[in-house]
Amino acid sequence: MRLLKLVPEDTNIKFLKWRMPFYVVSILLIIASWGLVLTQGLNFGVDFAGGQEVRVTFEDRETAPIPELRERLGTLGFGEPAIQRFGDANSVSIRIQLPEGAEEEPGAANAIGEQVVSQIQSEFENVRRDANETVSGKVAGEFRERSVWALLGAMLAISLYIWVRFEWQFGVGALFALFHDVSLTLGMFALFQMEFSLQIIAAILAIIGYSLNDTIVVYDRIRENLKKYRKMPLPELLDLSVNETLARTVMTSLTLLIALLPLLLFGPASLFGLVAAITVGIFIGTYSSVYMAAPILIWLGVTSDSFVPQETVADLQDRKARGET
Amino acid sequence: MLDFPLWKRITLWVITLGFAFAALPSIAGLAGLDLPDSLEGPEINLGLDLAGGSHILLEADPSQVAEQRLESAEESVRDLLANAEPRIAIGDLSTLDNQLSFMLENPSDIDRAREELRDLINGTGLVAEWRLDVVDGNRMVLTQTEQGLDEAVEGAMESATEVVRRRIDALGTREPTIIRQGDSRIVVQVPGLEDPDALKALLGETAELEFKLVDANALPSDVAQGIANPGSEIVPYAEDSDFAGQFEAVRRLGGIRGDRLTGAQQGVNPQTNETVVNIQFDPQGGARFAQLSTENVGRRFAIILDDHVISAPNFNEPILGGAAQISGGFTTETANNLAIQLRSGALPVDLTVIEERTVGPDLGRDSIVKGGIAMAVGSLLVIALMIASYGRFGVYATGALVLNVLMILGIMALINSTLTLPGIAGFVLTIGAAVDANVLINERIREERKRGRRVVAAVENGYKEASRAIYDANITNFIAGALLLGFGSGPVRGFAVVLIIGLITTVFTAVFITRMWVAGWLRAKRPTEITV
Repeated sequence: MRLLKLVPEDTNIKFLKWRMPFYVVSILLIIASWGLVLTQGLNFGVDFAGGQEVRVTFEDRETAPIPELRERLGTLGFGEPAIQRFGDANSVSIRIQLPEGAEEEPGAANAIGEQVVSQIQSEFENVRRDANETVSGKVAGEFRERSVWALLGAMLAISLYIWVRFEWQFGVGALFALFHDVSLTLGMFALFQMEFSLQIIAAILAIIGYSLNDTIVVYDRIRENLKKYRKMPLPELLDLSVNETLARTVMTSLTLLIALLPLLLFGPASLFGLVAAITVGIFIGTYSSVYMAAPILIWLGVTSDSFVPQETVADLQDRKARGET
Repeated sequence: MLDFPLWKRITLWVITLGFAFAALPSIAGLAGLDLPDSLEGPEINLGLDLAGGSHILLEADPSQVAEQRLESAEESVRDLLANAEPRIAIGDLSTLDNQLSFMLENPSDIDRAREELRDLINGTGLVAEWRLDVVDGNRMVLTQTEQGLDEAVEGAMESATEVVRRRIDALGTREPTIIRQGDSRIVVQVPGLEDPDALKALLGETAELEFKLVDANALPSDVAQGIANPGSEIVPYAEDSDFAGQFEAVRRLGGIRGDRLTGAQQGVNPQTNETVVNIQFDPQGGARFAQLSTENVGRRFAIILDDHVISAPNFNEPILGGAAQISGGFTTETANNLAIQLRSGALPVDLTVIEERTVGPDLGRDSIVKGGIAMAVGSLLVIALMIASYGRFGVYATGALVLNVLMILGIMALINSTLTLPGIAGFVLTIGAAVDANVLINERIREERKRGRRVVAAVENGYKEASRAIYDANITNFIAGALLLGFGSGPVRGFAVVLIIGLITTVFTAVFITRMWVAGWLRAKRPTEITV
């Protein structure tokens, strides 16, 4: 039986030849991402901004009357509601932010929610209420804080682990690669103004985990090759390691993608943001493992000696005692 | 490598099949099948986002408890000192922040006052509830102690939780979950509920019922301006009553509180056809109500709920049976709600809804179907790719994958965890990532063969060299998952649970189990050539 081979055997692609331009581009992308996050801001969903999100289905219509809804709900005086299609054409999600200064008032979001729903139900017939989410300013603030801690904590804890298992240069490299992944994902959300919710934090943590998977596989091979080929120049050795693991990298990314695609294409609408973020994150993560995590080792001065046990004073004395030089 | 002693094989199979078997009841449950009784067991809970239902987070304001304590202390101090023998005269009683202070008219009473107040100060618990200071020889200052206040908040939250539970039980919903969270929060989860507003209306009200005499001497013009005679207070009418927007002057003292009820039901007054709430007092409350109505025949009294007048009827005759009827613009629904609230008792603190998430049952079912189909299609594609790429080793990986999914479901059922919508995404991600372990191993075996190792050595080395990266990768993923579990909330934690369990079962099935299979095959056939 002939087996499928996605990557030809014995590839020898000079990945690291282009490391400088790639690094420049990546760093520019990181800066651009943060620029976008700071200037455009993230489109926080109710989880993080507080407020009210209702999902309704207009059961006797083909499509939801979005412009009409926007007009009617605008008159409630809670500002411009964010209304968008959600899943089927006759379903919409309606998001209304908390009014200014209501962050401290725990019941404000709840009161708004009730008004919105009764308004819709009184003006349209056969409206099925699918879901309702109300988050007060206080709880939203807690979610924001906890999410930042979760992301920072994950990045730091993972880098520490890599440092302990490998060497400090690898820990720094992994941290930088993770920072790259998180930055670009945030940048994408700022650029396209996709709704940023708690689910997206879960997605980013999954991306961190996955990207690290790749980084570790490459690092593990680098470590192995550093011990095996003591004299090989580092850039060459890194290229060799990336090439040796290339078949695995492609295969794993592909299996993850084909597992996720059905969920993206015909999975539940509530999961779209989460799955979309992870799907894009797989590409970002794979790229960063090859072009961010590996080349940084050159600049941080990893050598073959990093993994050879240093001779201690006691070893030296032993050696001298045996009469060796 | 080939050496897999019997005990090792048995252990691996027992663990794998044991957990996989535990998944059966859940799978049968999801597919809507009935299992024979002998196979029944714990099932995975479906999260509210899949099963439909409401999640409501309620918060109390602890400063309200402090205020209430201050008020009741004020009453106690007045009572205790006025009833002392001989009476201890005080003046200039005031409350400020956390303190209650008053002046003794006769400074020589100080020791007697201290004695009278001892029980109040020490409280009934283990910690002192108040601190007593004497200023300028004749001013006594009572300050709430931190521990006393904490204990009071704790007590208030405990009984608030109990009241919330009774109110929800009265709705007749199945399997509600009501748990305290932190110092001042209560989480309520009610599966299958379609109207969260009704539930919120039921939980939000304190439902403190009072009967107070209307101040007959108050001038209507004064009442309208909010001016009350000494000893009276102005109370507004409730929004849904017939007199919304108007006020009533009532006597502050000499009323009855509605905490002495034994029953409350929604009903209809046969004469007026009006929706009413019938209430029954306990013997003590009934006696006091009888006395109040006998002494005040022909006078009006106000029925006050949460500081709003519902109605203010006349005592037409003495009410002696210990039962009464409340009317005042109720609909069937509001009357029913009030009856439930009165039956379950008043909340000791106001509870505010600070987070609410409701998913309708239709959307939940839709999510299960769509998520399930996507998961099945994804799995089939992954399996096809694995077998096409690695042949026999791909088949082993597929077997491991199936066992992996079953084990995750089984473990989730055994630890009684909840499957949420993000959890389904976690499954799909785990399926993708689990394959990675086998990809690593198989690619490594390919490489070792290419370097000219013999079959057994290549397989052995493949597993050994690949395991290092597999462990490291899974441990780091575990770190990310644990942080998500720690900091995440609600459905998102369901994602973390699947991810974390999946990491452990992945190592188990994709590394240990496939290795056992491969070893068995190599030992039996002793192939000199393998296609990987």
